[in-house]
Amino acid sequence: MSIDVTGLTKTYGDFVALDDVNVSLPTGQLTALLGPSGGGKSTLLRIIAGLDTADTGTVSIEGMDATRLPPQKRNVGFVFQHYAVFKHMTVAKNVAFGLEIRKRPKDEVAARVDELLKLVHLSQFAHRLPSQLSGGQRQRMALARALAVEPTVLLLDEPFGALDAKVRKELRDWLRRLHDEVAVTTVFVTHDQEEALEVADEIVVINEGRVEQVGSPDQLYDEPANDFVMGFLGEVTTLGGLTLRPHDIEVATSPYTAGAIEGSVHRMLRIGFEVRLSVLTVDGEDASVVLTRTHARSLGLVEGATVWLTPATGAAMVPSMQSSLAG
Amino acid sequence: MVRVSAPVRWLLRLVAVGYVFLLVAWPVSLVAVRTFEHGTADFLAIFTDPHTVAALKLTVMVAAWAVVINLVFGVTISLLLVRYEFPGKRVLSALIDLPLSVSPVVVGLALLLVFSGRTGWLGPSIEEAGWQVIYDSPGMIMATCFVALPLIIREVVPVLSEIGDDQEQAARSLGANGRQTFWRITLPSIKWAVIYGVVLSLARSLGEFGAVKIVSGNITGRTQTATLIVEAKYQNFEQTTAYSVAFLLAFISIACLVVVAFLRPSHQEA
Repeated sequence: MSIDVTGLTKTYGDFVALDDVNVSLPTGQLTALLGPSGGGKSTLLRIIAGLDTADTGTVSIEGMDATRLPPQKRNVGFVFQHYAVFKHMTVAKNVAFGLEIRKRPKDEVAARVDELLKLVHLSQFAHRLPSQLSGGQRQRMALARALAVEPTVLLLDEPFGALDAKVRKELRDWLRRLHDEVAVTTVFVTHDQEEALEVADEIVVINEGRVEQVGSPDQLYDEPANDFVMGFLGEVTTLGGLTLRPHDIEVATSPYTAGAIEGSVHRMLRIGFEVRLSVLTVDGEDASVVLTRTHARSLGLVEGATVWLTPATGAAMVPSMQSSLAG
Repeated sequence: MVRVSAPVRWLLRLVAVGYVFLLVAWPVSLVAVRTFEHGTADFLAIFTDPHTVAALKLTVMVAAWAVVINLVFGVTISLLLVRYEFPGKRVLSALIDLPLSVSPVVVGLALLLVFSGRTGWLGPSIEEAGWQVIYDSPGMIMATCFVALPLIIREVVPVLSEIGDDQEQAARSLGANGRQTFWRITLPSIKWAVIYGVVLSLARSLGEFGAVKIVSGNITGRTQTATLIVEAKYQNFEQTTAYSVAFLLAFISIACLVVVAFLRPSHQEA
């Protein structure tokens, strides 16, 4: 394991940012820390980097206890949401910073900077100031700067959060490819579940200062540990006291299937190829169902129709918190 | 922007320009006129009068020390105020503005109370140790430091808070220690604010009168600075010398402002 975090707790006054967090992040993988804003994921990342200190608990990086080490001795690369570029230095100087601090020979620094700028496709901008770059270019420069010192782990704090949707998508794909090329242990923080599912090898879901679940994107999506994880990773609805995905509900127009729940369609909305139904069940639940346009037409669904709903075979389901609280 | 009619606009301009002209430009230009009414000889004569030359040298020495001391403490205090939380921070911040509101004469008297060799609170013991503070340059430098204290801090603090500590954290994560981060990242980012503060401090230090008059004892040829000699010469009916020295002081201040005006645009670009 590359990073081991044990018993980490951090409070700001009354606010508990991290509550006894234990997590191990594997070497060479791309891991996402996923969770809602204010859930503690950035705090965890900053504590791993040494930019914040925990109240209790330990952090070890590559088997070495780093809890009391200052950031400059941890050999981690850190990429900030708002880039944190050195405004008074050229792009090349920015990338060279870590190497110059380490007093590497000049020609070695120049060669390494050259190589990194090529890697992040910024070679032609080497002598520009960061203010002359776009947001996406600045973040790529920040990434090259962090990679220059050959860190044992690369930490990215909402790296694409300040970029517009299109650039964010491009950089996301590019980060995945870069990671396959460089293969440095990478941890990034995001609140965007699509980003995490698409890019990461492993996802750590964090909410209210606690780790909710750790697993591969498939595991999280198919076997969510609880209804928070399930709800955070995609759209959910409740049917018969279970939380499941709207597209995992099968609709029948006759009560032949055992255990099917009866209800009536009280709203029908067509968006492109899919149709969204709101079904009021006899138990008083308001279930939403998604099916394809073709399927809906073949069933002859209209508003006010009576339908019978069953969870699809193999659907991911967890007991619904709301209904268990209410019941 | 609110649109005003042309006559009102002209009236406003006239009032503003007239006010500044009557209060600043005209009186100051009269000093220049008086200085040079018999050619440049009177002005150049001040550089041959040993008392005046001594006063000018002393002024430069005191101002230089005060600026250097304020530079070091000013930048340190600014960092402390912006980057760290500690009890009494607001009190410190308020105290720093005190020299702006307190009359320099009060500052001089206060220093006298502490450091006077005969009656001061700390003065006698310092004097026994062989240090002369009051009626000598250390006291004058202290008084000048006091009045110029806020100038660098008030320039640097807003810039420091605006740039935030992202860049410093990035430098740390890239392996820089505190000293390297300061010299390579923090200082270059606040460079223009520091330069601007230094120029203002220099102008203020050269022109200080009240506080220095009290702590210096105004001893001709020894602790008389340029501003003090202006007053002394004027009262001794050597008006021409007084005007010449006054002109020199005004000229240096204006030169400082011109330098600042040239610095400002580049400051905003960065």
